[in-house]
Amino acid sequence: MPEVIVPIGPQHPALKEPVNFRVIADGEKIVRLELDISYTHRGIEKAAEQRTFIRALPLLERVCGICSHSHSTAFAKGVEELMQLTIPPRAQYIRTIIGELERMHSHLLWLGVAAHEIGFNTLFMWTWRDREAVQDTLEEMSGNRVHYGMNEVGGVRRDLTPSQVNAALQRLPNLEERITKYVDMVQNQETMLLRFRGIGKLTKEEVLKYGAVGPTARASGVDYDIRMDDPYLVYADVPWNVVTDTSGDVYGRTRVRIGELAESLKIVRSCLEHLPEGPIRVNPPKTAPKGEILSRYEAPRGELVHFIRTNGTDRVERVDIRTPTLANWTSVAACLVNQNLADIPVIVAAIDPCLSCTSRITIVDKGDGNTGIVTWDELRRRSRLRDRRQEGA
Amino acid sequence: MTDTPLIIVYIFLFPGFLFLLAYAMLFEFLDRRIAARMQHRVGPPLFQPFADFVKMLGKEVIDPQGVDRPVFDAAPVIALAAVMTAFLYIPVVSASPLAFQGDLVLVLYLMALPTIILFVMGWLSRNIYSAIGGIRTVTQMFIYEVPFFLALLTPALMAGTWSISEIVSWQQDHLWFMVLQPIGFVVALIGLQAKLERTPFDIPEAETELVAGPWTELTGRRLALMHLASDVSCVTGCALIAALFLGGPTIPWTIAPVWLGWICGFFLFLAKTLVVLLILSSVKVATGRIRIDQLNTIGWKYIASAALVQVAVVLVMNSIRVGA
Repeated sequence: MPEVIVPIGPQHPALKEPVNFRVIADGEKIVRLELDISYTHRGIEKAAEQRTFIRALPLLERVCGICSHSHSTAFAKGVEELMQLTIPPRAQYIRTIIGELERMHSHLLWLGVAAHEIGFNTLFMWTWRDREAVQDTLEEMSGNRVHYGMNEVGGVRRDLTPSQVNAALQRLPNLEERITKYVDMVQNQETMLLRFRGIGKLTKEEVLKYGAVGPTARASGVDYDIRMDDPYLVYADVPWNVVTDTSGDVYGRTRVRIGELAESLKIVRSCLEHLPEGPIRVNPPKTAPKGEILSRYEAPRGELVHFIRTNGTDRVERVDIRTPTLANWTSVAACLVNQNLADIPVIVAAIDPCLSCTSRITIVDKGDGNTGIVTWDELRRRSRLRDRRQEGA
Repeated sequence: MTDTPLIIVYIFLFPGFLFLLAYAMLFEFLDRRIAARMQHRVGPPLFQPFADFVKMLGKEVIDPQGVDRPVFDAAPVIALAAVMTAFLYIPVVSASPLAFQGDLVLVLYLMALPTIILFVMGWLSRNIYSAIGGIRTVTQMFIYEVPFFLALLTPALMAGTWSISEIVSWQQDHLWFMVLQPIGFVVALIGLQAKLERTPFDIPEAETELVAGPWTELTGRRLALMHLASDVSCVTGCALIAALFLGGPTIPWTIAPVWLGWICGFFLFLAKTLVVLLILSSVKVATGRIRIDQLNTIGWKYIASAALVQVAVVLVMNSIRVGA
C-alpha cells in the first residue's frame, strides 16, 4: 500500500490542546510522525523578563494549568539560591505538601484521560471523582483549585492551620483505598490490558538516547527522579521510593503513575504529621546578584528545568523553561513507529502531554509554507522590505 | 386478532410503532441512567431522549460539500423503517398476528440494514473520519454477524420452526433456550452488543480516534432519525433475545382468561427486555474499547467457534430426540 498522510489536529476531539500531527501511515501501520507543537506560543519567557521577581512568579505559575505549583517552585527555588536565601523549614514542608498534592491530582487526571482514550469512561468518571478530594484539600489550603498562589520568593504566602491539616489527613485513608482499587484494576481489567500492554514500547537504551524524563523514563527502568537524584525541599528527609517499571510500554507508564500516587500520598501524610513550627517566610532582598542557575524540579510529568540568569537588578535577564513534555516528544515520535493507527491517542496521552507549556515559536513563511528559524538580520531585512512596500503604496 | 382494524391498531399504536417509539426513548433513558449511576454520575432526566429528539429535529441540516443529498436524506429513514418493521414480528403481548414461517430470517436481515446504512453514510459523507468509520462498521459486521446469526438460528433448529412466535410457544411447553443453549445465549448477547456498536465494540465511532465515525457529518433531523433508529434497534435486539432465549411474553403456565394472559405477557416482555438491557449496559460500563484487529482475533477465534459448538450440540441433541 502507498504511504498516506493522516492529519490529526490542530482541531480534533482527541486533543485537548492544539497540536498538529502528520502521521505517515502504510495502511494501519505508522511509518513516521511529524509534529508541529507551535500553536499556542504566549511569550511568557519574554514577559517574565519585564517584571520584578514578585510579579514574575504569578506569571510563571500560569505557564501550566496543572503543574502550576511546579513552575512557581522551580523559579522561586532558583531565585532564592541566587540570593543565597535559606527558607524556613515550615515553608519547605508546605511547598512539598502542595507539590505532592499537585502530583496526585495530575496523575489521577491522567489516569482518567488515558482510560477515556481507550473508551473506558467508567474509570475516567471514577478517577475524576476521587481527584475532587485532592482538589478540595488544595482549595482549603490555598483558596484555589488550579493556581494555588502559595509560593513567593522567600517562602510561602499562607500558613496551614491545624484544622486544615486535620481535614487533609482525614481525606487520605479513603484516597488510599481508591488507589489500591486502581492498582487492582490496571492489572486485571481485560480491555485495559489489551489496549495498554506492549503498546508504545521504549527500551532503556532508547529512553536514554531520546532523553525522555519522568514516568515515561521510569516505566522503562531508568530510575531518574530529581527528587532523589538532586533533592530539594524536604525530599531528603521524608521516607519515599522512586517507582520504576521494566515493561516500558503504556502499561508500565500507567503502573508507574499509580505507584507514584501511593508514594505521593505517603509523602503528604508524613509531611502533614511532621509539620515543623516556625515562620513561613523570610524577607528577600529586592535584587539578586549577577549569576546563572539551572533550577530543576520533578514535576508530575517529569523533570522541569528553569534556567535563570540575573544581572544584579530586581528582574531576570533571561528565564528559559524546558518543560517535561518537550523532553518527551522525541520518544513519542520514536515509539509510534510500527504501531497501529488506533493506538495514536493512547500513546500520545501516555506521556501526559501539556502542549501550551511546551509551545515554541515557529516562523512559517506564508508563501512557500516553509518553517524554520529566522536570524535577527534576516528579520530586520524583511521588516525593512515591508516598510518600503508600505511607503511605496 | 386477525381482522383488519385490529391489525392496524397492532401496527400503528400498540404494541407497534407508537409504543415502540416511546419504549425506545425510555430504553435510551434507562441505558444512560444505569450507566451514569454505575459511574457515579447523576444521569439524564426521564424526558431527555425525547427532548434531544425534538431539538435535533428543529436544528439546521448541513450538507457536506459534494454529498448526494437525496440518498443522504433517505438513509436514516430507511434505517429507522427497517428496525421498526422488524419489531412487528416479535411477540410482545402474545404471538404476533403477522407471524409467518421464516419471519426470524426476515427480522435478522432487517436488523442488519442500519449497519449497512451506516457504512453507506460514512462513504457518502466525503469525510476521512466518516469513511474510515464506515469501513470499520462493515469490517466489524463481518466479524460479529456470522456468530450472531448462528446463535439466533439455533433456537429455530431445536424448535423446528422458523417463526419467532412459534419458538416462543415451544419454550412455553419445554424450557427456556437460555437454559438449553447457554453458549448461544452468551454469543447472542455479545453479537447484539457489537451490532449496536456499544463499548467494547464502539470501534466505528471511536470518539478519540474518528470524531464520531460515520455519524460525523450527520446534523439536524438526519442525526435525530439515525439516533432514533439506533434506539429502536436496541429495543428490537433486546426483544428478539428475550423472545428467543427467555421465552418472550410467556411463562411455563397458561393464564386463564385471554386478556389477563395478554397483560401478564406485556409485563413479562417489559421485564425480560429490561433484564437484557441491564446486561448490555453493565458490559458497556465495565469495558474499554478494543481494537479492530483484536476484535477480529477474538471474534473469529472464540466467538465464532463457540457459536459453531452450540450448533453442533443442538444438532446432536436433535438427533437423539428423533432417535428416542
